Amino acid sequence: MQDEPTPTELIKAVADFLRNEITPEIKGHNAFKLRVSINALDLVTRQLAQEGDSDAAEAARLKQLLGRQGSLLELNRALSDRIAKGDVDLQTPGLAEHLWQTTMDKLAVDQPNYASYKRELGTK
Amino acid sequence: MIEQQLGRCVASWFEGATGVTGAAKLSGGASQETWSFDIVHAGGTTGAILRRAPPGYGASPGRAAGLDAEAVLMQLAHDAGLPSPRVMHVLTPEDELGTGFIMTRIEGETIARKILRDEQFAKARPILARQLGGVVAGIHGLPAAKLPKLREMNSTKELADMEREYRSFGRPRPVFELALRWLRERDPGPSKEVTLVHGDFRHGNLIIGPDGVRAVLDWEIAHFGDPMEDLGWICVNSWRFGEIDKPVGGFGSREDLFAGYEAAGRKVDPDRVMFWEVMGTLRWGIMCCGMMQRFRAGPDHSMERAMIGRRSSETEIDLLRLLAPRA
Repeated sequence: MQDEPTPTELIKAVADFLRNEITPEIKGHNAFKLRVSINALDLVTRQLAQEGDSDAAEAARLKQLLGRQGSLLELNRALSDRIAKGDVDLQTPGLAEHLWQTTMDKLAVDQPNYASYKRELGTK
Repeated sequence: MIEQQLGRCVASWFEGATGVTGAAKLSGGASQETWSFDIVHAGGTTGAILRRAPPGYGASPGRAAGLDAEAVLMQLAHDAGLPSPRVMHVLTPEDELGTGFIMTRIEGETIARKILRDEQFAKARPILARQLGGVVAGIHGLPAAKLPKLREMNSTKELADMEREYRSFGRPRPVFELALRWLRERDPGPSKEVTLVHGDFRHGNLIIGPDGVRAVLDWEIAHFGDPMEDLGWICVNSWRFGEIDKPVGGFGSREDLFAGYEAAGRKVDPDRVMFWEVMGTLRWGIMCCGMMQRFRAGPDHSMERAMIGRRSSETEIDLLRLLAPRA
């Protein structure tokens, strides 16, 4: 067992330091890069918090849709093949719901401020 | 160093030029650079832009039209009365500046968030979509006989290229598969009318002033193809910068864009435009994935590229909103 603080706590502390102490001191292109860096750290924090649950739910939906077992990557590959071949499409029960849920879970990590995502969440 | 080289170059064609000041690199990768500078002469200074491939980087990669072609297109657009910089000089070997050209610098804004939010553009925003419709129509109507040699594309070829690129990444994306399937089933094939297509007509490549559009830039991926491609590309949600209810660049409606286009004497095919909007959304998604590939493979370990890779999911939600809208 590793000691505390947790990775999430450490990353949050670093991101807050960069955001609050360093940002006011940096100008020009490096200010932009600093903002991207902070965004990256925030993204990692969200992923650490959410990935476990969303991956498990995604795998469960895929197993149900495809009627088989496998790793998340294998299951996504199998679903991709079936969509490409036309074996499943938007009329297939559960497919649209699965793609929507999976995509919403990705946006929640990648870009929770993206306008399309906020619209679909019903918050804007 | 570059100011001296530019000074020598400018003296050979700008009458009364005594030198060059204020040279600053605006952007640049390894193979292509953009510089801003001022030409000093008896009457004051004239703002100029250098776009070049430095010495040793002559050939243009894959899809690029090439700097010589860009110069010709920009000059043709200018001569046709379209908003465009004037090309002042095409580089020659004697200039020792590489290949490329020098054009007039046009003042204005290219950053989307400022154009969409700053007060100084408040009067421009409501008229831009219609204006740009007219500008695109002008581009599509440029005289064919004078156009440079460019690659010819159509939706079938473009779709095959995109699919090949996506498959080369080796990572499954069910939403992209759905979009590819949707596009293959609706592929309209080569269009009856083939025209010059700008290819990247969107925020970032348009100089906007308080009075509206002032210049169209960056003809790097210009080609011959379906004119509806340009109308679809500017409607892609990725260029709305949060203003998702205004399909044209976050400032206007499709109706205004189409009205401007048709007022210039050309015809819109809205179904084809929608097809190209879906194509464009998927294309940007695949480009984001490509950034992630370059981040991994490239030597520069660019964090910005890495983070653009994480924007491909934005195009997935936009594709779902287009292809499988929820009630």
